[in-house]
Amino acid sequence: MNLDLVLDILTGSCLVLGAFLSLAAGVGLLRFPDAIARMHATTKPQILGLLFILAAIALQDRRWTTVLVLLTILVFQMLTAPISAHMVGRAGYRTGVVAPGSLLVDELERAIEEAQRDVVEESPDDSNPPPR
Amino acid sequence: MSEWVFIVVGVLLTAAAVMALYRIARGPSILDRMIASDMLLTTIICAMGAEMVYNGHTRNLTAMLVLAATAFLAAVVVARYVSRRGSR
Repeated sequence: MNLDLVLDILTGSCLVLGAFLSLAAGVGLLRFPDAIARMHATTKPQILGLLFILAAIALQDRRWTTVLVLLTILVFQMLTAPISAHMVGRAGYRTGVVAPGSLLVDELERAIEEAQRDVVEESPDDSNPPPR
Repeated sequence: MSEWVFIVVGVLLTAAAVMALYRIARGPSILDRMIASDMLLTTIICAMGAEMVYNGHTRNLTAMLVLAATAFLAAVVVARYVSRRGSR
């Protein structure tokens, strides 16, 4: 059993695992009830599935330049995926896409109420009307 | 490497992409479509990586890097638009 065979088996397993995570996200996208639950499903291939695919590339093409670019891809994905997830989740909560009964703990509701109360209390003294 | 690994990978990725397209078509809200298109883009990045392993080259690396770095912009723009205008 030589090194190339072992690396090929590892590469194949990484590819299949990454593709399987994509499939799992697709199934979750079809079957989960609301936007937040669907977002939970689609974050699986965004980091872990991509990590498996990148590991497969690194195992086949073992050069420092390639591995460096692969690490950059992973870092960019890990930096930007939470940004879009945060914005989509925030917009989903505020536009009523999320079913209120589906949340066990809702800390954002209290924060929004406090922010709105502060705006109402400050507004009579202000010469400028609060921004809508 | 044997062929059937890549056949399995191709079938799995294609099924994932078709499911994302179905969710983009069905909705119901614009945020569901945005989440599905994010997931479709992730599937495309994974498919580009798998293609590089299959053909043994590294020409797709730059495109993968650019897609990974800029994929979040569309979701952010749509989310900000929806926050002001309402859901549908």
